[in-house]
Amino acid sequence: MAHGPAKGISRWLFTTNHKDIGSMYLWFSFAMFLVGGLFALVVRAELFEPGMQIVDPNFFNQMTTMHGLIMVFGAIMPAFVGLANWMLPMMIGAPDMALPRMNNWSFWILPFAFFMLLSTLFMEGGGPNFGWTFYAPLSTTFAPPSVTFFIFSVHIMGISSIMGAINIIATILNMRAPGMTLMKMPLFVWTWLITAYLLIAVMPVLAGVVTMMLMDIHFGTSFFDAAGGGDPVLFQHIFWFFGHPEVYIMILPAFGIVSAIIPTFARKPLFGYSSMVYATASIAFLSFIVWAHHMFTVGMPIAGELFFMYATMLIAVPTGVKVFNWVATMFKGAMTFETPMLFAIGFVVLFTIGGLSGLMLAIAPADFQYHDTYFVVAHFHYVLVPGALFSIIAAVYYWLPKWSGRMYSEILGKTHFWVAFVGLNLTFFPMHFAGLAGMPRRIPDYHMMFANWNMISSVGAFLFAGAQLLFLYIIVTTIIKGRKATDRVWENSEGLEWTVPSPAPYHTFSTPPEVK
Amino acid sequence: MKLPMPSNPIHALCLKLGAWAVGMFVFALWIMPPMYDVFCEITGLNGKTGGRYEASEIQQIDTSRTINVQFVAINNDKMPWQFVPQTRSVRVHPGEQVQIDYRVHNPTGKDMIAQAIPSLVPYNAVNYFHKTECFCFEQQPLKAGESANMPLLFIVDQDIPQGVHTITLSYTIFDVTDRYAADQLLGAR
Ligand code: HEM
Ligand SMILES: [Cu+2]
Repeated sequence: MAHGPAKGISRWLFTTNHKDIGSMYLWFSFAMFLVGGLFALVVRAELFEPGMQIVDPNFFNQMTTMHGLIMVFGAIMPAFVGLANWMLPMMIGAPDMALPRMNNWSFWILPFAFFMLLSTLFMEGGGPNFGWTFYAPLSTTFAPPSVTFFIFSVHIMGISSIMGAINIIATILNMRAPGMTLMKMPLFVWTWLITAYLLIAVMPVLAGVVTMMLMDIHFGTSFFDAAGGGDPVLFQHIFWFFGHPEVYIMILPAFGIVSAIIPTFARKPLFGYSSMVYATASIAFLSFIVWAHHMFTVGMPIAGELFFMYATMLIAVPTGVKVFNWVATMFKGAMTFETPMLFAIGFVVLFTIGGLSGLMLAIAPADFQYHDTYFVVAHFHYVLVPGALFSIIAAVYYWLPKWSGRMYSEILGKTHFWVAFVGLNLTFFPMHFAGLAGMPRRIPDYHMMFANWNMISSVGAFLFAGAQLLFLYIIVTTIIKGRKATDRVWENSEGLEWTVPSPAPYHTFSTPPEVK
Repeated sequence: MKLPMPSNPIHALCLKLGAWAVGMFVFALWIMPPMYDVFCEITGLNGKTGGRYEASEIQQIDTSRTINVQFVAINNDKMPWQFVPQTRSVRVHPGEQVQIDYRVHNPTGKDMIAQAIPSLVPYNAVNYFHKTECFCFEQQPLKAGESANMPLLFIVDQDIPQGVHTITLSYTIFDVTDRYAADQLLGAR
């Protein structure tokens, strides 16, 4: 036993080791995060002042579109898969993922997908410019020629996600150490199990909808073309049937991470473990019956509006249960505020703000005013940036000592948190006001009355970006020259991953651990 | 029929999950669109009116009610034809057959083919609006500079819900010249 990693580049190309693959996923998503962030800065630079300054409108649209696509499919989702790869086997006492070779494939097709997607920017007619939601007929009849490459890259991302999800379910259901019953699994494992089922259910639907686009564009069908008997509204139904579960795919693993971190630093067990499991499952179930809250304005009958309005509001109940449980876990705990805990608390507070603006949007009659304004942009950035992204950053600070065997600098980590915290609130909070005042989303120029809010947003965006460069610096210096971490790392950390040495050896749990 | 499953439980599970994924793809591509069409046909939700109506039983004319039917014409995208209803609105009794015309003119220098797509509000009137003859059932070819009258014959059903007093029928005209082999249609006349 005890053979180490292969040498040189072939270690990374052919590796089937869950830790190597996890690291590659994480580095890849970080690279995509920087690229997507760069695109966002182009957008914010253009919006710094009213009028057309820096880019032409078509390029602006390509930037908003690519920013959304890259962040959703290239940064957030692969980062969660990377964390799953690293942590799931260690959390359930398994030696590796169930299908290591498929694991290698699911990672290595991703760089090709994103290379293809990014290369469209240099093609004739430019890259996708129809928004990350790529509504037909904008993305079919009126799309740039590069749309075909966009479609294929979505296919590849989808295949990668589905393979990853199958692997995760197989690992969790078949590879648990003896004694690790389902209801003893850490919540990160639970939330990922449920997320993986969501992925298997809806990524094929995404693949289906882009396939229909492909056929409409090249093979003369008219799924979404009214002239040939199709219906563009059908596109929206199918897209959001994928799209709403997709937003939960981006938040459920975050719930698991926060549920791991808060008990550690509150020095109390998680409040309401089983209610967390059931809340996660009911959120996942409900996510399939609310999709049309993205389409209140397409002309639904009143019964439809009401159904989707109440169903959407219903999701706030299990979500509220979770927030309640996190707060109850902290209540009267002996709390300390190391960097992961700061990000986790930031998550709880700011994600809740995003949830509340979501509830406002769920009110169908009010949504006629808010729809397609910056209010929606504010909503989903509050759930995704201090939500999904903060949880990933918290996870990196929390487990980096285990991965690398070295401790990050607490001062720098806290600086990172506070700069990011201020930056993101400066960026996204004013968007609520701009949106309520009527500023439409996805426009390169705007009325003078929105000038102040936008200038604040742009300043905040550059501040936030600076904080992420600091993050990169912290990670690199920690790996190179951080001080040595203990095996337990945190004073009150619970779970199998803390029973192995730091840094975690290349192979862990080759013989299953004893779980009491 | 029971398919042989691999003995390794992991492989068996993966096969099942993979089948689920394939199933969802099939569902999205081949089941959702027809399901949507059927749903809309039953409820009238997307305003698509039905195909040619055969007036099988002679409808009683219900003179106690009058419905105001309005006609709208829209040009899709950059469709250059002139496209106008000859009648903006008519008042009809349920059960009576009425004819109105739309006029089209192709002002361009090239032969073109158009397709008109109907859409009707309110949605609960959709299934009670019968077209016995409609230009929207076929494509309309026009040579450069030509004009034509396009007839529409319709009957409003006596069973139309009581709350409906006004029906708005809108046609959007699409340029489908590229879609249909132009020479065929134009040459055949
Ligand atoms: C309490 C829970 C939530 C409610 C009630 C809610 C409600 C809504 C509603 C009604 C809209 C449509 C607004 C419009 O377009 O007019 C919307 C948009 C959106 N929501 Fe949420 N939401 C919730 C949580 C989340 C979470 C957790 C995420 C992701 C992590 C999320 C991500 C998004 C995104 C990305 C959009 C915009 C999509 C687009 O048009 O580009 N939401 N939300
Ligand atoms: Cu949604």
